[in-house]
Amino acid sequence: MGNKFRSIETKHYEERDAFFEGLKRLDRRAFLRVAGMSAGIVAGMGLRTPQSFQLVNVAEAQGTKPRFTFAYISDTHLYEQKLNDRFVRSILKAVDDVNGLDPQPDFVLFGGDLAQLGQAGELKLGAQILKSVKAPVRMMVGEHDWFLDMGELWRDLFGAPNYSFDHKGVHFVVLNSILEKDFWTERKLTPMERMKIVAGLDNGIQSRFEVGGEQRAWMKQDLAKVDKKTPVIVFSHSPLYKYYRPWNFWTDDADEVQALLKPFERVTVIHGHTHQLLTNRIDNIQFHGMLSTAWPWPYAPEGLPQLTVQMNRPDPFSQFDGCGDGRVDVLESGLVDKLYNLWERNPITVRGSYLASGGKQDAPPRTKLPSY
Amino acid sequence: MTYRMKLWVGAGALLSFAGGVALATSPAPRPEALQTTELPRHQVPVSKDGNLVVGMCDGETSLEVKGVKEGQKLTRAQAARVSGELMDAWRKKNPDANWDPAPPPVVAQGQKQAPQQKNPPMGTQKPATGGAVREGGVTAESGGKEVRKQAGVNIQDGHSYGAFTQRDEAVWAASTQQFVDEGHRVFHDADAVGGTIAVSCDMCHPDASNTHPETYPKYQVQLGRVALLRDMINWCIENPVRGKPLADGDPRLRAMEAYIYAQRKGTKLEYGKK
Repeated sequence: MGNKFRSIETKHYEERDAFFEGLKRLDRRAFLRVAGMSAGIVAGMGLRTPQSFQLVNVAEAQGTKPRFTFAYISDTHLYEQKLNDRFVRSILKAVDDVNGLDPQPDFVLFGGDLAQLGQAGELKLGAQILKSVKAPVRMMVGEHDWFLDMGELWRDLFGAPNYSFDHKGVHFVVLNSILEKDFWTERKLTPMERMKIVAGLDNGIQSRFEVGGEQRAWMKQDLAKVDKKTPVIVFSHSPLYKYYRPWNFWTDDADEVQALLKPFERVTVIHGHTHQLLTNRIDNIQFHGMLSTAWPWPYAPEGLPQLTVQMNRPDPFSQFDGCGDGRVDVLESGLVDKLYNLWERNPITVRGSYLASGGKQDAPPRTKLPSY
Repeated sequence: MTYRMKLWVGAGALLSFAGGVALATSPAPRPEALQTTELPRHQVPVSKDGNLVVGMCDGETSLEVKGVKEGQKLTRAQAARVSGELMDAWRKKNPDANWDPAPPPVVAQGQKQAPQQKNPPMGTQKPATGGAVREGGVTAESGGKEVRKQAGVNIQDGHSYGAFTQRDEAVWAASTQQFVDEGHRVFHDADAVGGTIAVSCDMCHPDASNTHPETYPKYQVQLGRVALLRDMINWCIENPVRGKPLADGDPRLRAMEAYIYAQRKGTKLEYGKK
C-alpha cells in the first residue's frame, strides 16, 4: 500500500540528487562552462550573495551604527524530551544559531515560555539547554512557566522575574507582565487545571495579563533615577499594549505602564507571546515581537497594529516555517533595528527608522500571502 | 482481500470502536441552549389516590393507571395497555388524522398492493418505522395544520415543513451546538484526537483560526492533489500531532469539521482560494 503521490519535497530532493550525480560526471571543460553560465545568470539578474544571519559591520548613515547587539530565543514551550522531542530540537537549533553569531552578541535574551506546562522536568530541561549558550543569558518569565506553581521553581532556577540593568549607556527593564487576577480559587481548580486554562490561548476562563500595581510602583522607582535622554529598553512577555483581548495578546494595565515610559525620549519594548512578526509604535515607544521556536501563531482577526508588515503565512508542511529566533541591533541613536531570523526564509529586519518615520521609510518587504 | 488488507480493515474497525467508546463514556458538554431555554412541559394532573399518571407526547392527553402507585414500575403488559389506551384517546380527539399504517411487506415494483384499511383498530398495527410512506406521501393532514393552529401564526399551508414549532427548532439548535461543542473538545485535547506528543490543534489554531475551511476543496501543492478540509485535518493529525489519521465516518472528525465550520460563520465560500 505504498503512497502513490510523491510530495514536491521528495521530487525536489530527487532532482537535486540527480543534479549532483550529473555534476560528478562533468569533465573540467564542461564544469567551467556550467560555472560560467551560473555566474552570468546571477550577475544578469542583479543578485548578490544573500545577506546571511551574520552580523554586518557597516556603519551607514549617522546614528545607525550599532552601539551593540543582543540576540534572542523565545517561546520554546518545552515538554519533557521523552514526550516531545520536536520542541527540544527547535530550541537546540536556536542555541546553535546564537552560538554561531560572529561577532558574538553582548547577551542573549530568553523571552519567556521556556516550558509548556510549567513542570519541573520542562523547566529544568530548558535551564540545562540554555547553559550551552556562549553569551550571557538574560531570563524573562512567561505564563507557561508560571501558573503551575506560581513561579516558585522558575524563581529558584533563574531568580527574580523583574529586574533592571544598565548596559553600554542603555537602561534595561525586565518585567513579569503575565500576572492574572485570581480565577482559580473560587472555581476550586487544581494547579494543573489552572495551568492548562492559561496555556489555552483561546480559553476565555482566565483573566487578562497585567503587570500589576506592585510591579508598576517598583518600575516607577527604578525609572526615577534614569536620565530622560537615556535610551530605555523594556522586556515583557506579553505585548505592552492592547492588540487582541480574547487571546491575551494584551496587557490590561498597558496604558499605566506606557505612562511611566512616556517621559523618556527613546523607548523600545521587546515582547514574546505572540509568535509572529509584529511591529507597533505608540508615541515615543516602539514595540517589536519575537518569534517562537515552537510554532507560529496566526494573526488575530482584529486589532493588528497598522505598522505591522505581516510575515508570510507559514507552510504547515515545514516544521520550522514561521518559527525562528533573532537579533536586536541597538543603534547609536538609541533606536533599535530588529532582525527576525525566520528559519527557512530570508531574514527580515524592521528598522528603527521605519517606525520613527511612521512607516514612510525603510519599509520591510511585504508578503504575497497574508493570513486568511 | 490480502491478509495485509484484512489487518488494516480490522485495525480500522477497532479504532472506530474505541473512538465510539471514548465518545460514549466521556461526559458530553451540556450545550448552553439546553440549560437556559425553558422548554414547554406537559404537566399531568395528580392522582387523588396516588396512582401513576402517564402523559402523552401530544402534551395534553394523560391517563391514570389504576393499581399502580406513583414511582412504581409498569410491567411490559401494563405499559402496552396504557399506550394503547392513550393512542385511542388521541384518535378520538383527532378523527381526521392519518396514522401511517405498519409498513407493508416488500413487494416487487409495479405489483398492485392490496388496499389498506384506513385507521385500523388498535392492536392490529404498529407505528410506522419509517420504511414505508402512506400512499400520497406526507400531507397537511398528517397533523401539521393542528400544530400551526396551536402556534397561532398565519403562514402558508400545504406541507409538514411549515409546521415545526419553536420547541422543534430549539431541539435542532441544541443538537447542532452539542455537535460543535464536541468538536471544540476534540480540537483542544491532544489525547482525544489521538496525538502522541501532547500537541493539540488549538496550539497553532486558536479559535480554529487559520484553518480556512472556506478555501476547500483546493489543490494542495504539498500533497500533489486536491484536498478537502478533512484531508488537512488528517494531515495535521498525522504530522504535527503525530497521531493516526481518522476514518471518514469517525465521530471525532465529523465533530471537528462542525466546530471549524462554525467558527467561520458568515465567511464567504471561496473554494480553490490560494
